Amino acid sequence: MGVVEAKEIAAIVDRHGREASKLLPILQETQRRYGYLPEEAMQQIADALSLPVAKVFGVATFYSLFAVAPKGQHIIRVCENAPCHLRGAEEVFAALREELGIQPGETTADGLFTLEQTSCLGVCGVAPVMMVDEVVYGNLTPTRVREIIANYRRAAVGE
Amino acid sequence: MAFYRSHVLVCGGTPCLLGGCRGVKDALVAEIERQGLTDEIKVVETGCLGPCDRGPVLVVYPEGITYVRVKVEDVPAIVAEHLLKGRVVERLVYRDEAGERLVSYAQSTYYGPQKRVVLRNCGVIDPESIEEYIARDGYAALAKALTAMTPAAVVEEIKASGLRGRGGAAFPTGLKWSFTAKAQADQKYIVCNADEGEPGTFKDRLILEGDPHSVLEGMIIAGYAVGATRGFIYIRGEYRQSIARMAKAIARAREMGLLGRNILGTGFSFEVEIREGAGAYICGDETALIESIEGNRGEPRVKPPFPGVHGLWGRPTVVNNVETLANVAPIIDHGAAWFRSMGTENSPGTKVFTMTGDINNEGLIEVEMGIPLRQIIYEIGGGIPGGRGFKMAQTGGTSGGCLPTSFLDLPMDYDTLAQHGAALGSGALLVMDDTHCIVDIIKCFQKFFAHESCGRCTPCREGTVRLYEMIGEISEGRGTREHLRVLEELGRVMTVAPLCGLGQTAAVPLLSCLKHFREEIETHVLEGRCPTGVCKMGKAPVVA
Repeated sequence: MGVVEAKEIAAIVDRHGREASKLLPILQETQRRYGYLPEEAMQQIADALSLPVAKVFGVATFYSLFAVAPKGQHIIRVCENAPCHLRGAEEVFAALREELGIQPGETTADGLFTLEQTSCLGVCGVAPVMMVDEVVYGNLTPTRVREIIANYRRAAVGE
Repeated sequence: MAFYRSHVLVCGGTPCLLGGCRGVKDALVAEIERQGLTDEIKVVETGCLGPCDRGPVLVVYPEGITYVRVKVEDVPAIVAEHLLKGRVVERLVYRDEAGERLVSYAQSTYYGPQKRVVLRNCGVIDPESIEEYIARDGYAALAKALTAMTPAAVVEEIKASGLRGRGGAAFPTGLKWSFTAKAQADQKYIVCNADEGEPGTFKDRLILEGDPHSVLEGMIIAGYAVGATRGFIYIRGEYRQSIARMAKAIARAREMGLLGRNILGTGFSFEVEIREGAGAYICGDETALIESIEGNRGEPRVKPPFPGVHGLWGRPTVVNNVETLANVAPIIDHGAAWFRSMGTENSPGTKVFTMTGDINNEGLIEVEMGIPLRQIIYEIGGGIPGGRGFKMAQTGGTSGGCLPTSFLDLPMDYDTLAQHGAALGSGALLVMDDTHCIVDIIKCFQKFFAHESCGRCTPCREGTVRLYEMIGEISEGRGTREHLRVLEELGRVMTVAPLCGLGQTAAVPLLSCLKHFREEIETHVLEGRCPTGVCKMGKAPVVA
């Protein structure tokens, strides 16, 4: 792969401290840097913290915000829990699948979007909701999600 | 200090942020400047004001006029008419369900019945200003505890108040503290559980966003009471705004000598660190949360031993919910008797609820314990949209029981709800109208549990998936009597066999629906039709 620089990982580890209890903050920062957790990075983190690499991989795969494979440029997380469900999350989700042409867990061919289901995002007062990267969108309708997707597509072309 | 003739409070809670409140706030500041009113009118971004589905919300004081669904285009009218000429912009004013314009914030059917203790500063102060928190008696309780009370007296006061854990389990807080206070160890810890994940619950998010210092003050007092010098706040990774506000609050408290070494010159030291969650509902369980802070997979531990004596790194640890900790300073300030004057005998104080689903006023409220469900839904909540009929209310989030119409007059407190197979829990209140199907919503609940089970113990790992499969088959018209029998039996096993609260509550909503909505479920199984027409079962629904 060769995308990971040992120096960078060492710097991240040193910023948090070489203790096993700092594993989550270290993985969080590593993911912010690379967009996911490359295998090389997990190996280097394991070495630095004197942990088996299986332990690092086990933690990384337990939590839903970590990714061990590259994802799309934007990650769309759609809530489908009861408060959103009652306010039409199903139609919103169907509209997203149709608009993007992918199923949950997949990434669009252009690499722009990954679609995921999530549990409650805690903004149920404006259900149904979704998160695109770190931005939350509420009061969604099928029309509104199509507009939001179109905005991201336009922004990508403009880059 | 400058004196302003008017204050405009702009709600900066996450639900309002989504509606564009920052843009509205910036436009307000610019327009006020353009009109030369900068010295007369102050714009403040506050925490949650409550009616989330009507955001962005702003309140103009001293009149107390609430404007809802404010857009940037509305700003010139508000400034030119209201702030300059004193004429209220009628078209934007918050009206109650009867269409009555609210004369003031406090008189409405929405705010009137509320009792704000935990939310005392939410929507009132700038949450990023420690000065404003202090001006509202903030950190007075900490000073009182550190200078005029022994640690044991603080524990006794909390015990006497009858405060119970607001995260869902309702364990007496004072008793929890006393276990850790008594334990001997070289290090003890206070952990604030802000890993709010119960579907339909967003109170902790809005407390942290709206009044972070109230939680921090509660933690420091807890530390003094039990002899802990270090604390962790474990906040969901998705709660970006809560994390940012808490980080700022910690920094400011440290600068002011209210946190860190030798607090207020009393010799007591306390340090707090934020830890971000990484997406796991199970980490709301206190032992799973402890595992996560230690850097492990968030899998729950076998209890006992309980964290109070054997918690973080094996040391005595108090784990308290955000709302629980926000109650601590007011109790120390005003005393246990004052706290007991609110709520019921066994559930004193107030409770913060988040109302969601088919209800007119979705959002955040705080009321005394023991208020009837009907009053919350029909008075404060403004009833059900479109005049549709009530079908059920689920209290305590997705792990809570579902209550039919006959339970509407139940007082909302821990023990009453527990007696009826429901739970007050985290304070989530989901209302469902009669156009929705009970089988469909159970399927939604079970899907959640099947997804969130951590996989550690077999009854939960296997049971949650089987329940989801079986209810799915019923919703597709493939259910049999055997499905009903197995659902009931497995559901009962699930309430006792799993290791932690997740598994033990995963069948609670299902079992309550089998009890209260049996006929509707049986119609799916025995007649192969869905009375509401929601489930796609092949056969056409009968229109009532």
